[in-house]
Amino acid sequence: MNPNHDHFPEGESFRQSLGRRYRTASIWQGLFFSAFLIAILSLGALLYNIIDGAFGYVAFDYKNDPSEFTSKPLDDLNKQELLDILKTNLSSGAYKKLDNEKTMEKRSRSVLYTLVLERLIQIDTKETWSMTDSILRSAEIKVEAAEKYPEAKLEFRSWLTPVFLTTPMSSKAEFAGVRTAILGSLWMVGIAILFAMPIGTGAAIYLHEYANKNFINRVIQTNINNLAGVPSIVYGMLGLAIFVRTFEPFTSGSMFGVTDTNGRTILSAGLTMGTLVLPLIIINAQEAIKAVPDSLRQAAFGVGATRWQTIWHHVLPNALPGILTGSILAVSRAIGETAPLIVVGASTFISIDPDGPFSKFTALPIQIYQWTTRAQSEFHAIAASAIIVLLALLLSLNATAVLLRNRVQRKY
Amino acid sequence: MKATLMENKNFRPLELKKKLRLGETMIQTLLFLAGFLSIFITLAIVYELGKEAWLFFGDPDVTFAKFFGTTEWSPGIGKFGIWPLVTSTLTTSFIAICVSLPLGLAAALFLSEYASPKARSTLKPILEILAGIPTVVYGYFALLFMTPLLQRIFGEGVQVYNMASAGIVMGIMILPLISSMSEDALSAVPRALREGAYAMGATKFETSIQVVLPAALSGIGAALIIGISRAVGETMIVAVAAGAGPNFTFNPFQAAETMTGHIARISGGDLSYNTIDYTSLFAIALMLFLVTLVLNLISQGIINRFRQRYE
Repeated sequence: MNPNHDHFPEGESFRQSLGRRYRTASIWQGLFFSAFLIAILSLGALLYNIIDGAFGYVAFDYKNDPSEFTSKPLDDLNKQELLDILKTNLSSGAYKKLDNEKTMEKRSRSVLYTLVLERLIQIDTKETWSMTDSILRSAEIKVEAAEKYPEAKLEFRSWLTPVFLTTPMSSKAEFAGVRTAILGSLWMVGIAILFAMPIGTGAAIYLHEYANKNFINRVIQTNINNLAGVPSIVYGMLGLAIFVRTFEPFTSGSMFGVTDTNGRTILSAGLTMGTLVLPLIIINAQEAIKAVPDSLRQAAFGVGATRWQTIWHHVLPNALPGILTGSILAVSRAIGETAPLIVVGASTFISIDPDGPFSKFTALPIQIYQWTTRAQSEFHAIAASAIIVLLALLLSLNATAVLLRNRVQRKY
Repeated sequence: MKATLMENKNFRPLELKKKLRLGETMIQTLLFLAGFLSIFITLAIVYELGKEAWLFFGDPDVTFAKFFGTTEWSPGIGKFGIWPLVTSTLTTSFIAICVSLPLGLAAALFLSEYASPKARSTLKPILEILAGIPTVVYGYFALLFMTPLLQRIFGEGVQVYNMASAGIVMGIMILPLISSMSEDALSAVPRALREGAYAMGATKFETSIQVVLPAALSGIGAALIIGISRAVGETMIVAVAAGAGPNFTFNPFQAAETMTGHIARISGGDLSYNTIDYTSLFAIALMLFLVTLVLNLISQGIINRFRQRYE
């Protein structure tokens, strides 16, 4: 018998082993592909879970009957009537406080309507159901709600409404909105990008256009790659120690005559976030500058331009779309980051719009975190709504980045 | 009158010596400073964390034996055993890697060895979307989807806050990172190796597993290490879903606070400076920073060596 038979089978046994080998191969190929199925399923479950939470039946009760305040149905009242109800039924101190925040006459009807519900009638949510349950088990839920809460009303509710986007924070989930959180996020990201983009681009220019391969520059390059991998919460600790504590006179604004805050301000958060995205911006800007063809530089040098003239007039304009794309990606990273903001001291409850870099703030992911960790299910519902807002924001940012990137790719 | 070139008063012979241009030098200095700022940031992290950690370890109550020898962590009342925070960090990270390494590797093998360019262009964005979702959203997902799911499968033993759901969801979060880094490593394997295997009659699967995968092993190792580093430093998922309060356990169905989760919870309140709580957080953060730094450096070292081998 051929001693090599096992290694080089022939004839019938070869065909059999080949068949076996192909079967193994196709099974494994299926397994490899199923990794994607799991990824797709997870993504689907995540998105579904969020949407599922943001809509659905809610059983609620009026603490005070609307008929105590008005004879007409609440929905038919106009702005003036609502205003009158508030004026007569709120204590004068509470009314004055509201009036000081924003003149009552200038508020819209829907705001006043919400105020009547929130302050006077006082909604009390008993239980909420998810969207799937509400659709599939609608009849059961109606029976269940009628048994458990005979007084309560059952209503299919979308927790994500235009009002949700425009009302400030409230301690009641039914009346809470993300206005202050969105404004806080925008302020913070604005400061972060103003801080990080010029410095990051400058660093990238230095590393690609000026630096020769000496020790310092190698250390800088390695260091930037490492900074990109530092956990975000460590940046939060850095921000707490440096921006919040050491630079308190600057970040609290007391240097500029602002007195009512400590260092836990939008400015501190923005600078911390800027530090966090700096390595990201540098790495992306380096890629963009690297993509500018060398012939452009040589042409500029050839007609006698200095190094900076070459960079300013030829390299930067051509690298700009790439740098912008990188910065947009950095912005979307900054908008979603939560941990550093918690450490730097985002306020958990704040209902006044931030009015400058020295005000206290909250941010969209902070609100999501707060609401998710509450025990009551109505807070989970508004957390889900806030997540949808956040994801929509990120989606539009990334779409812009992709569009920009495609335009650049077409050029060369 | 005919003036020669030399008689022209404005004529200067062309100077080829490098001129000192003040503006240019200033700009170069500014740009260098921008680049150097990154070094400064690293130094600032080490200095600030080190300073407070030094204060923490300098406290007469905190001894080395207590720190590494006891299993209760509550600095406010003089309990300084770091282990409960470490074990939960290890547990969640281990679960995350158990989920993300096989899945990420399988996805990478499929993308680099099997997928047509068209399939790749539709499958890759799915992973990119997963990578772009903020971690606090994963936290919501872990608490309100994964935990009820685990409770339905494993019954009452699963606590509302537990390390398993946080770890699994963290694995899903890290999956894109591991798969994209592994795919880079797999595609860097020279074509000649694959062609050689095919010429010997190997099937595609045999080529991928027995030839390409071993050749890319160091790059995959680098991906694994980066994955571990990301899992150790991840905060929001564990802060939301893994539980509040240190707990010395390896049981994944119990609640236990990780190092990052602890920092997030304690610093979330109005923390006053110069207390033992404040300095202890910096000690934990310093440990986190050093661990992730070492992991990142190792990973980068592997990648650099690997790249040189094939270029």
